[in-house]
Amino acid sequence: MSEKKYSKKHEWIMLDGESATVGISKHATEMLGDIVFVELPEKGKSLNKEEKAAVVESTKAASDVYTPVSGEIMETNQPIVDDPSNVNKDPENNGWFFKIKVKDKSELDSLMSQPDYEKFVKENPN
Amino acid sequence: MEKTALYNFHKNSGAKFVPFAGYEMPIQYKDGIVKEHINTRQFAGFFDVSHMGQFYVSGGRSTELSLEKIIPLDFKEIKMNQSKYSFLINDEGGVIDDLIITRVENGFNIILNAACKDNDIKEIAKCLNSESKYELRKDLSLIALQGPKAEIILESIIKGVKELKFMNGNYFKFLEKKIYITRSGYTGEDGFEISVPNVIVENLIKLLTDKDAKPIGLGARDTLRLEAGLCLYGHELNQEINPIQANLKWAISKKRRETGGFKGWENIKKDLQNGVSKIRVGVKPAGKIIAREGTKIYSNTGEEIGIITSGTYGPSVNSPVAMGYVKSKFSEIDNKILIEVRGKKHEAKVSKLPFYKKSYVK
Repeated sequence: MSEKKYSKKHEWIMLDGESATVGISKHATEMLGDIVFVELPEKGKSLNKEEKAAVVESTKAASDVYTPVSGEIMETNQPIVDDPSNVNKDPENNGWFFKIKVKDKSELDSLMSQPDYEKFVKENPN
Repeated sequence: MEKTALYNFHKNSGAKFVPFAGYEMPIQYKDGIVKEHINTRQFAGFFDVSHMGQFYVSGGRSTELSLEKIIPLDFKEIKMNQSKYSFLINDEGGVIDDLIITRVENGFNIILNAACKDNDIKEIAKCLNSESKYELRKDLSLIALQGPKAEIILESIIKGVKELKFMNGNYFKFLEKKIYITRSGYTGEDGFEISVPNVIVENLIKLLTDKDAKPIGLGARDTLRLEAGLCLYGHELNQEINPIQANLKWAISKKRRETGGFKGWENIKKDLQNGVSKIRVGVKPAGKIIAREGTKIYSNTGEEIGIITSGTYGPSVNSPVAMGYVKSKFSEIDNKILIEVRGKKHEAKVSKLPFYKKSYVK
């Protein structure tokens, strides 16, 4: 496993061999509030970096979740669809969204490290 | 941006603020919308609704007759301390605002929506004659206490409130000041709306929190009222929608539905006689998909038949809930319809309202 990285759109990604796990950051869940609906991409779907991949909805509004890297969706996390509050409970572990077969690992280079992301959040609180 | 007298209380309670109708209002506190919603349903929550207009009109019978031009109630029928839900009506029969009016000493208290109140006052003033006096009571806060424990909590602070019946009010004493309380609300729960001077509102809140009532933000106010099937001005109601289309015929007094004599009567009479072309309904999606405001509604055969005006997830019914307008012939309860969300059509049905059963004290 490699270092966890973050996008400016508040997704996290963790590379493990050829595939990576993607979810939304704890900060993102705090901004959204209670998550009451999750829609995940279909397995086998190919997506480009920063393309819409999933939808999360709070009681207030719907938000898109983007994939931080290009690739093919390999697996999705059904427990967060069945009970969306699982995302709020553990956003950066059990609350993951999907696993993606990474097309080009160099796309991860442009993402932020955890300390950089924390700094980014402080500078861009909303 | 204006602030209510409880701004510092909200801030110290961990509120997240949003701009709402020119006020900085709490959308939620630390617990979050779902917990706040459940707490109101299961125990008691209080809402700072001081941004709403507390409008007082005084005068005699001629004032009542003036108000009858723009509010379709039979004022003779409103007993002392009785509250009625109704509207300000425009010349076309559309809703300028929805309101609660209560007969009090020498006049009426009218509670107006925050975003509408300035315009409402102009519209009301146009109808009044020189005998009538009116005032927007900016010196008063308005606190709604709602939930199954609302009665026992408020009775322990202000003796006698338990005697109030639903949609009735009275004067009470709090910290040596005369205040007005009605038994009413906007959540589908039993509860009270307490009109209290700004200078002592924090004292009241302190006593409510001592009894474990929790502050509730605008977020949960919206999920609660939607489950209760209640309209929100600017969503289910606006200047282009009349009360018959909104399925709120009951909020026009029976006598006025027969004799008219108020603004927009010609259009309303037509809709009463011939039926409406579109009508407000509850919409319940079959799955978990949430139909937000602006979602298009289709018939089973794919004909576009209407639009969603409010939609969210209902924490107490544990499913999505929505309201919208459909062509009348598709408005039958349980009628299967389709809602288009993110480009895909999803099954839904016309639902009876409320989604959540109320427990008002009669």
